[in-house]
Parts: sequence; C-alpha cells; structure tokens
Amino acid sequence: MTEPQTQPATQTATRTARQGEPLLSVRDMEKHFPVTQGLFKRQVGAVKAVDGISFDVYKGETLGLVGESGCGKSTTGRLVTRLLEPTGGQVMFEGRDITHMSQGRLRPLRRDMQMIFQDPYSSLNPRHTVGAIVGAPFRIQGVQTDNGVKKAVQDLLELVGLNPEHYNRYPHEFSGGQRQRIGIARTLALKPKLIIADEPVSALDVSIQAQVVNLLEDLQNELDLTYVVIAHDLSVVRHISDRVAVMYLGKIVEIADRKSLYATPMHPYTNALLSAVPVPDPRGRAGRERIRLTGDVPSPLNPPPACRFHTRCWKAQEICKKVEPPLAELAGGHRVACHFPENAPGSPDTPAAGKDEPVTA
Amino acid sequence: MLLFVVSIATFAIFFLVPRLAGMSADDLASRYVGKAANAQVIHDTAIRLGFNDPVIVQYGRFVKGIFVGVDRNYGPGVEHCPAPCLGYSYVSQNPVLPDILNRLPITLSMALGAAVVWVIFGVATGVVSALRRGSFFDRLSMGIALAGVSLPIFFTGIVSLAIFRDQLGLVGDVADWVPFSEDPLTWANNLILPWVTLAFLYAAGYARLTRAGMLETMSEDYIRTARAKGLAERAVVLKHGLRATLTPVLTMFGLDLGLLLGGAVLTESTFSLPGIGKYAVDAISNNDLPQVMGVTLIAAAFIILANLIVDMLYAVVDPRVRLA
Amino acid sequence: MSPFLDVKDLKIHFPTDDGLVKSVDGVTFSLERGKTLGIVGESGSGKSVTSLGILGLHKGRGANISGEIWLDGEELVGASQEHVRGLRGKKMAMIFQDPLSAMHPFYTVGDQIIEAYRIHNKVSKAVAKKHAIDMLGRVGIPEPGRRVDSYPHEFSGGMRQRAMIAMALSCDPELLIADEPTTALDVTVQAQILDLMRDLQREFDSALIIITHDLGVVAELSDDILVMYGGKCIEFGSADDIFYRPEHPYTWGLLGSMPRLDREPTERLLPIKGSPPSLINVPPGCAFHPRCPYAERTGDKARTEAPALAETEGGHLVRCHMAPAERRALWENEIKPVLETP
Ligand SMILES: Nc1ncnc2c1ncn2[C@@H]1O[C@H](COP(=O)(O)OP(=O)(O)OP(=O)(O)O)[C@@H](O)[C@H]1O
Ligand SMILES: Nc1ncnc2c1ncn2[C@@H]1O[C@H](COP(=O)(O)OP(=O)(O)OP(=O)(O)O)[C@@H](O)[C@H]1O
Ligand code: SF4
Ligand code: SF4
Ligand SMILES: [Mg+2]
Ligand SMILES: [Mg+2]
Repeated sequence: MTEPQTQPATQTATRTARQGEPLLSVRDMEKHFPVTQGLFKRQVGAVKAVDGISFDVYKGETLGLVGESGCGKSTTGRLVTRLLEPTGGQVMFEGRDITHMSQGRLRPLRRDMQMIFQDPYSSLNPRHTVGAIVGAPFRIQGVQTDNGVKKAVQDLLELVGLNPEHYNRYPHEFSGGQRQRIGIARTLALKPKLIIADEPVSALDVSIQAQVVNLLEDLQNELDLTYVVIAHDLSVVRHISDRVAVMYLGKIVEIADRKSLYATPMHPYTNALLSAVPVPDPRGRAGRERIRLTGDVPSPLNPPPACRFHTRCWKAQEICKKVEPPLAELAGGHRVACHFPENAPGSPDTPAAGKDEPVTA
Repeated sequence: MLLFVVSIATFAIFFLVPRLAGMSADDLASRYVGKAANAQVIHDTAIRLGFNDPVIVQYGRFVKGIFVGVDRNYGPGVEHCPAPCLGYSYVSQNPVLPDILNRLPITLSMALGAAVVWVIFGVATGVVSALRRGSFFDRLSMGIALAGVSLPIFFTGIVSLAIFRDQLGLVGDVADWVPFSEDPLTWANNLILPWVTLAFLYAAGYARLTRAGMLETMSEDYIRTARAKGLAERAVVLKHGLRATLTPVLTMFGLDLGLLLGGAVLTESTFSLPGIGKYAVDAISNNDLPQVMGVTLIAAAFIILANLIVDMLYAVVDPRVRLA
Repeated sequence: MSPFLDVKDLKIHFPTDDGLVKSVDGVTFSLERGKTLGIVGESGSGKSVTSLGILGLHKGRGANISGEIWLDGEELVGASQEHVRGLRGKKMAMIFQDPLSAMHPFYTVGDQIIEAYRIHNKVSKAVAKKHAIDMLGRVGIPEPGRRVDSYPHEFSGGMRQRAMIAMALSCDPELLIADEPTTALDVTVQAQILDLMRDLQREFDSALIIITHDLGVVAELSDDILVMYGGKCIEFGSADDIFYRPEHPYTWGLLGSMPRLDREPTERLLPIKGSPPSLINVPPGCAFHPRCPYAERTGDKARTEAPALAETEGGHLVRCHMAPAERRALWENEIKPVLETP
C-alpha cells in the first residue's frame, strides 16, 4: 500500500478554505508490528496497529483523534513524530517527506514537532530538577538563548503557570497537574510548530484536567501552535478540537469539523460512541435512547475483513463484509467510511440535532 | 538441543584444551598405557584410540558413543561399549557411565532430601516473616537467613560434623553409605547432617525470596478481592498469596537443585560422601579425562533436566504461561 | 424505621511515619435498599478507604476507626473482625476498579466464583459450579458453560468486569459497593456495564454504592450523591440537589471543570485553582479554603473554624460557613448562568 493514492477532488475545496498547504500531511500511513514465534523468531502475523490512514493538519488548528483503547491512536502519534518508522504510506511535514528520514536528518525537525505524554509521573526523570528537565531541549539541540538557559526556563515555567522559583525542585514535589505543566514547558522550550499530545489529561483529576485544557488553549493562541490531541474522552476532544478524526481498529472511519461531527455523526461507530458517553444530567436519563454495542473491539491481529466495524454494527449488510467502504466526503469537509451512513445529506434519515435526540432505536 | 551444545562444549574443553596446552596425541595416549611404556607403544596406542584423527571425526565418535555406542580396540581385542557410552577411564579402564550411575543414588539422596527440608523451612519462614513484618520473629529469622547465605558450606559442614557427630555422637558417619532400600532409618540418620547443613545454606535464600514475594503479593488487588469475599485470613494467605509467590521460588528451586546435583563436589567432599561429586574430584586429581568428561556431561544433563522440569511446572502453576 | 445503611461521622486515620493520614475524616450518609448512592471526589479524597471501611477491611490493620456504620440494624465499627468477615461477600460485596488485577491470575474465573459462593453456602463443588455458570450467564457472558473454565487473562476487559460482578453477586448481597467499576474500560463497554448494573440492581433489589470521579457516571445511576473532599463529606443530597441545586463551592467547581457533551460547548472551562490538599497537613478551618473563590465571604472563619455538615433542606447536607440563602443566591445568579451559556 505504498503507492500514493490520488485525493478525491472535493478535498481541494477544504484545503483552500484552510489557507495553503497543510503543516502535516499523512497519506495511507501504515504500521504493522510483526508477531514472531519460536526460537527463530519466525513471523507468524502482524498487528495492524495503523492500517492505511490519511489526514491533514493545518497551521493553527487542533485535530482531535478519538477511539477506543488499542485502535492505534498512540501509534499514529508516534509515527507522525517519527518516533516509529511507518511500514507503508507517506508522512509529510511542511512539504518535506519524512517517512523514512534518518534520525540524524530528523534531528533539526524534532525542534518543530514535539510530543506530550499521558503519564505525568513516569515521563519526567525523578532525579533531575525541574530546571534540568525543562532546559534539556536547549542543551540537546545546542540552542543559544538571549539571557542564558536559566532565564529561558524560568520564562517557560511562568508561561505554563508554575512558579519560576521552583527551578531547583524535583518532580516528586509536584502534583500530577503541575507535573503535566512541567512536561508541557519542556515541550514548548524549542518553540515547536506542531505538538502531538497523547492523552494529555487522562491521568488527571477533573478540576486539574480543566486547568491543563485551558492552558493548552491559551498557549495555542499565544504561540500560534498546531495540535494533534489524542484522547479517548469525547467531551474533552470536543472542547479542544477544531476537527475530529474517529479511529476504529487502525483506520480512520470518520473525520469532520467538530461541529458537524458532534451534531450529525455519520458513521455508525461514531454514533455509538457518542451515545455511550454518560451525561451529567440525571433528569434526562430516563428519556434518553441509546445505541448499545455488543461485544468488544476485535483484535488488530485479525481484524474483520472489509468494513472492520461490521461485527458490531447494527446496520451491517452483506456488502459490508465484502467491500471495504472508502473514506468519502459526504458533506463539506465531512468524510466517512461507511456504506450506509447515518445523517447523510439527502438521505431519508433526519439529521439528529445532538446526542440527546434519539439517534436510533 | 541444549545437550548438543553441552556435548560440544564438553568435548571442546577436554579434547582441545590439552592440545592447546601443548600436549600431543602421544602425551594423551601415555595416560592409557602408563609412563613406563616405550614411545612406539604409546604412539601405536594413540593411533589405535584415534587421537590423531581430525577433530570432527573424534567428535563424531564421541557423539556416536553417546547415541549408538562404539567399539573400542583395547589392543588385545575389541570391546563393544553400548550406548550411551561416555568412554573409558584412563586409570581403571572401566567404562565411565556405569560408575557414575552407581553413585547417582547417593547424590540424589543427598540433594533431594536437602531440597525437601530447605523448601519447607525456607518458604514457611518467609511467609511468617512477611505476615509479621518488623516483628521479633521477622528480624531474627532474617538475621539467621543472612548468616545462612553468607557462610560457606565447608565451614558450616565441618562445624556441624565436629559438634553433632564427633562431640555429641548424635548422627551416623556420613561416609557409611547405606541405600534407602536396605535400611531407611540408617540411610536418613547418615544423611541428616548434610541435609540440614545444605538446607541451612539454601533455606536462607528461599526465606528471603518468599518473604519479598509475599510482601508484594499480599498488597495485590486480588488479595483485597479475596478478603472482600469473606475468605478466612488463613485461606487468603495460603491459597491466594502463597500460590502467586511460588513462581519465582520454583525457578530458584530448579536452578538450585540442578546446580546442587551437578555440582555436588564441595558438599560431598566436606562430608566425604562417595557420590558423583567425589567421583569428579577423584577424576580431576587423576587427570582422568574420560571420567571428567562423563561427569561434566551428566552434571550438565542434570541442570538442563531440572530447568526443563521447572519450565513444565511453570505452566502448571501459572496458567498465563500456557498460552506462549 | 432506620435506614438500611447508615454511616455516621465515619473517620479512618492511618498512623504512618510521615504523620497521621486522615483518609476519611467525617463521612455521613444513609442508603435504602433498592437505591443507589454515588460517591464522587478527586483522587485521594478517601472514596476507596470509605468503601473498604464499610466492608471492615481496615479492621486490625493498624487504622484508627471511629464513628458508626449501621447495616440493617447492626453496628459494624464495634463488631468483631470475625463477625464482619462473615457478612463480607454475603450481606455486602464489592466490585473493584481494575478487573484484571482484582482477579487472581492463577485460578479460573469459575473457581473464583465457586470459592466466593462456597464460603457462605455449604454446597458441593458441582452445585457451586452450576451456580457460577448461571451467574456468568446472567451478567451476559456468552457460552457461560465453556467460559467458566477460562482464566481471567483470557477474557477481555469488559468480560472480566462482568465476571467480577457475577462473583460479587453470587451470594445475593444486600449491599453492593462498586469502586470505579468502569474507569478502566472503554466508553462503549462502560455503557454496557452500567446498563448491566442498573438491571441487576433492579432484579436483586440491593442497595448500591457506586464510587467514581466521573460525574456523568454518577448522574446515570444515582438516586443520592455524596461529594467528598479531603476525606470529608462536603455535600450530600439527591441527584437533583447535586446537579440542579448544588450549594458547596467545590461542587460548583467540579461542575465547571467538566466539558459536557449535552450542552453547547463553553468557550472556557472553569477549573478549580490549586491542587487537592495533603491529608497529613489538612488546611485548618475549611479544608477547601485555599482553593475556594468565596473564602473571603466567610472572613477568618474559613481559616480558623471547620464548618459542620448541616442540613439545608429535605436531607440536603452541606459543609460550608456561608448561609444557605447566600449560597443559593450565588448559584442562581452567578454560577448557573455561566455554566449554561456557551
Ligand atoms: N511495539 C509494538 N509491538 C507490537 N504491537 C504493538 C506495539 N505498539 C502497539 N502495538 C499494538 O498496536 C495496537 C495499537 O496500539 P496503540 O498504543 O496505538 O493504541 P491506542 O489507540 O493508543 O490505545 P490506548 O487508548 O489504549 O492508548 C494495539 O493492539 C497494541 O497492542
Ligand atoms: N493503608 C493506608 N495507609 C496510609 N494511607 C492510606 C492507606 N490507604 C489509603 N491511604 C491514603 O488515603 C488517601 C485516600 O485514599 P483513597 O484510596 O480512599 O482515595 P480515592 O478517593 O479512592 O482516590 P482514587 O480516586 O485515586 O481512587 C490517599 O491519600 C491514600 O494515600
Ligand atoms: S459499512 Fe456497513 S458495517 Fe461498516 S459501519 Fe457502515 S453499515 Fe456498518
Ligand atoms: S466555608 Fe468558606 S472556604 Fe469553605 S467552602 Fe464555604 S465559602 Fe469556601
Ligand atoms: Mg495510547
Ligand atoms: Mg479509589
């Protein structure tokens, strides 16, 4: 699947609407992890963690990536930052093909692409001071700073809402939310253009989660950052994203503007996901109708053929088991991979105005 | 597979090392015929025994002996050495394997008996220590355990011999080997000293391992679940806690037992037990290469066998291993 | 008639090398059969310690426990360890957060359910196994007759949690405590498990306590809600009280921190400033005062005097110095409008 796929003509429209070339552009990206067995490490199969996905990220926007555990979100993040090398497809950053670029040639690009990790406890070296952690990128990349590294680090700490006097403290002296701020400060050190945040708030308490979400938004406005935010919490993703991509078993099944994705979700899986989110409104619970999926996500080792969702989809027909639905643009900027989409424009289905509406019986 | 590697290694050490050390084929052959023989006799013997053959041929013969047996030309005639044939002693001219097998029960009695004692004592001490962490019992037993692992066997062995056999006359003379089938009581009485001494050495490690394992296991979520079911504390500890702790203990047990069987040298010398260890010591001091090779191979086989059994037991104990 | 479960001023303190950890420091609530109580609070607020305390699992482990726990007319704090053990699993049972680590990896799912059943029922293994298969079927495990012999690692996350539930329900407990039963699960599986718990509770007519940090989950299931902060119950009331008439500034903060799918997205979330308190050096006075935006309104009292848990109306309890009328006015005029406008 390495040959570049021609883009549907309709995509050009959305692209021009978003002024210019995408910052990050992914085409048919694949990552198959070999599964080996026995003494001689014979390959017996492959985990198709990411199996041919395409998307663009434009400057200044936030793309949310949602999906259930194991669907390949983190792998996607690690592929586009080239912490992993794709086994197929193409990754372009600022128009340069970085798919198979060597680590040496990638190094200058690493300044522009940074990753924030989920666990604020294990991603910081416990034996280094905050100053050393946040200042490390300067030293590694050999960057000159105007008033010395210390001043630069203290500015960063202030930027993420930490006390600059905490320069000489150790990570264990900080709470989870504060540690995540330290991680963010480190990420920001080299003024990256693109930040991939892998579950940046999942390990935090709600009240702290909100602090970090707000911080990420403020920084984006202030520093003109572009984000790819990976999360499984659909509410957080809606709050923070401009566009949202939904993944299922290594594929993007739906990608759209936040508004149209949440108001008129077209893929049955997206509908099911939205309908499964518990709503903090006890009065509404009685009247709400829900889509209940049965079973669990199948193994990415042996994904179901054609449409991967057909084993759990209540709309599945024969064709879904035989022909893989393409990710087609059904409305402006709204692309869906399904033979029988919900809420499709021009279809007899009445569009659901929100998830409180009965989406299906 | 592993035995193959071991056999090559054994062979390499005992056939090639003398060469590298500058011993010629004739020097080797002279060990068979004795120093008194003249050069011609020695040279003929070397040829007859194949010492001049290419290494690969010699190795082939060694392996063939193990699997199908070989014929040995001992000069006056030809003798068939049936498989598995480990060769003939230079000194006694006896085949190596039967000699080793004759001594096996002694070594097995010593090692297995000791193993039973140390596992029971070690694990029990470890469990109690873990449950009463910080108590007097815990500190005392861990202190003793520290002494146990740090004192060498010949020290504890000689001290215990001096006290229990020589001074108090409580136990029999270890060197008087009596098979279990003849007189179990005397058998046990004669062996009790090496058992206890060995157990002291090994139990210490088991107590520490079990204690550490139990401390970890008892804070696992599934222990909380067992308590939440209303299970009595004794069952929680034994059925849920100890069960999960046994896996590393089992690994250590396999390694230790294999090593003890294979490396009984020190223990048997200390107690002058006429087992395989003693045989190995004699073989080395006589420079009797076939005996040394045979004993090495058997020792390696023990270690491998013990590990195999442990791997199999592993699957019995931990169902998660069965998948792989 | 007194309530089925009545907890009064429960305190559980752990003496440690660093000092006395006041994990639970004044928790009061009651619960009837057939009703569901949700306990919410941030990490470390004492939710799990409270629930383990009700099961009596802190007894004899060096914890200082005071207060009263009345279960079906019986006081449990003062009862003997052995007596409470007899009630565990039978009269009250528990479901834990991470079903993989909460099940013993070396025993089959069936064996673990059989064990739970046979502790309290003198029956043969065969009878218990039938019961286990029956329970697995009732929690929606396909082919229970075959899966009963599987090990936990052979189950998916959702199936494991179902098996945990089957185990907890095997002796038909009257009180079921679920500690973050869905936190480790995906949303679609979480929805299945929440449905299952709702259905089973109706079927068994047991009292259910569900502990979580997700206000959405609480809202889906609970009749009553207990909000905990720093080991204390700071607000207790019906689900309607907590979601539509909350009176404690911390509860307001929780509601403002949470992005919601059922409303138009707000421009900004309204987080609570600062971070949760240390349980060893609990802030004096009102434990929430360093983070409370209304602390000045109660003057020095916030820093010097611990507020009592007081009833405002109809069983709605709040622990705050502000006058009830003032709190209600704040909520109606300042908080609610901000939370609801995009
Ligand atoms: N190094 C690896 N070797 C083999 N398989 C891997 C490797 N890394 C990930 N996988 C597999 O690839 C799949 C996708 O993993 P990934 O971590 O991307 O999922 P995710 O969407 O981030 O899930 P989560 O929400 O649990 O973080 C999983 O099935 C995982 O087991
Ligand atoms: N045995 C113990 N000894 C000392 N401190 C303890 C003990 N058990 C719990 N604690 C402390 O009590 C506090 C409350 O813990 P608890 O587990 O009840 O929190 P929680 O509300 O359940 O949080 P989470 O949402 O993270 O599960 C924590 O700070 C914890 O460290
Ligand atoms: S293609 Fe078919 S199976 Fe797949 S999501 Fe659409 S309707 Fe369901
Ligand atoms: S007592 Fe004062 S500080 Fe505490 S919650 Fe009420 S208003 Fe805030
Ligand atoms: Mg991930
Ligand atoms: Mg907890």
